Amino acid sequence: MMFPARYHREMPHRYRMEASKCKKCGAVYFPHRLICRECKGREFETITLSERGKLLSYTVIHTPASQFKDIAPYALGILETKEGAKLTAQIVDLPYEEIRTGMELQIEFRRVQTDGHEGVLAYGYKLVPVM
Amino acid sequence: MRDVAIIGVGLQKWGELWEKSFRDLFVEAALNALAETKVDKLDHMYIGCMSGGLFVGQEHIGAIMADYLGQRYLGATRVESACASGGAALRAGFIDVASGMSDIVLVGGVEKMTDVSGDGATYALATAADQEYEVYNGATFPGLYALMARAYMEKFGATRDQLSAVPVKNHENGLNNPNAQYQMKISVDDVNKSVMVADPLRILDCSPITDGAAALILCPLEMAKKLSDKPAIKIIGSAMASDTIALHDRRDFTTLDAVKMSSMAALKMAGKAVHDVNVTEVHDCFSIAEIIVSESLGFFACGKGAAAAANGETRIDGKFPINPSGGLKSKGHPVGATGVAQAIEITYQLRGEAGKRQVKNARVGMTQNMGGSGGSSVVHVMEVA
Repeated sequence: MMFPARYHREMPHRYRMEASKCKKCGAVYFPHRLICRECKGREFETITLSERGKLLSYTVIHTPASQFKDIAPYALGILETKEGAKLTAQIVDLPYEEIRTGMELQIEFRRVQTDGHEGVLAYGYKLVPVM
Repeated sequence: MRDVAIIGVGLQKWGELWEKSFRDLFVEAALNALAETKVDKLDHMYIGCMSGGLFVGQEHIGAIMADYLGQRYLGATRVESACASGGAALRAGFIDVASGMSDIVLVGGVEKMTDVSGDGATYALATAADQEYEVYNGATFPGLYALMARAYMEKFGATRDQLSAVPVKNHENGLNNPNAQYQMKISVDDVNKSVMVADPLRILDCSPITDGAAALILCPLEMAKKLSDKPAIKIIGSAMASDTIALHDRRDFTTLDAVKMSSMAALKMAGKAVHDVNVTEVHDCFSIAEIIVSESLGFFACGKGAAAAANGETRIDGKFPINPSGGLKSKGHPVGATGVAQAIEITYQLRGEAGKRQVKNARVGMTQNMGGSGGSSVVHVMEVA
């Protein structure tokens, strides 16, 4: 169940790809954190992640959670942006057989989930071929 | 710190146990464990349970299980660390007895997973991953391990057949385990042709949905002979480690740092090297998990675990016997109970009671129980007292 408050508070990351960069050691976190895992620093600057990154691994999911049943099978991958942030996202607009580890993909704003007919439409990021 | 011994163990046959309730499962295993001892009073109970709330709508599990076991006024605590809940409960019980706070402790694990639909079980299990940044985007547990499997296969050139060797071996072992959920032989071809779940992982790469419980009784080693006629099994090492919950935050998808850290600490406490261990139960929730865990524990170098499994090095008669019980794959994986059942299998092995799946001359054994995609790991080392 997608409750509006829970969805709303993640918007800076899911809508705008905002990440945190530790002012002490430069480590990048997506989403933000209150303390740096590397140096325990507590001061961060907000940065926006690049729109492109490198695919580190991928899978095609045939048995999904119920909210993704309508789109299965779908590809899912882990992308690393040039800032060093890594994220998990669906890979779309690309035939599965053309997906390769190491390929460059682009991050795009897309609808991710629909909570029934009258519920929250949940948006976020997906990975698409570089245009 | 006092020496701690396992003096009684109890299980039931695992599977889709529709006629048995959540509480009955636990009590049955606990009574079986108590029956191996002369214990008439418990000081504390620790119960591993990953998700009673989502699987059966029941929280406050410590108290309800104590009540149904006919116990009152003792401390009874539920311990949760996803699929490593059972291992974490054992560690809590071990610390309690070792510290001198309690003498007689029951450690249990239980999960009733088939009262919900397949969708319900998928949802409950996925709560062990990062809800907002993995599951939100469509990740499932097989999906996360599939990401690890692809990274491993591409980095080290591991083959489909090598992956399949793990479930084939574990089903062969499970044939000789009367408590296993699936007592059936499978072939590499069966695995390779089974239904795709998350490419490259197929249904026979995955552990099943299971109802089951496990329980054991701990006491100070010096009291063991008085309380049980069974050989006392001493816990000589116990450690737990965590890692990032999201797979994408790891430095490397082909190793498990939580497993490395927990096994190094447990072995150091035990005063043993990994090659001193004669028999090991590891967390093979997926075929790739057993391979990577066998490397992260130190049995094989990075990238060599898949070939070692295919070459028979992890068979009961191999160099490093892994999962003689049949593992999670064949024995079943009632998530909260798994870690406790691993310690029970090592107890049987060290007592020499494992029948046809007995590893010869087993004197030192190890368990490795994992939560999520490797966000937590608990390792115990045991030997015959």
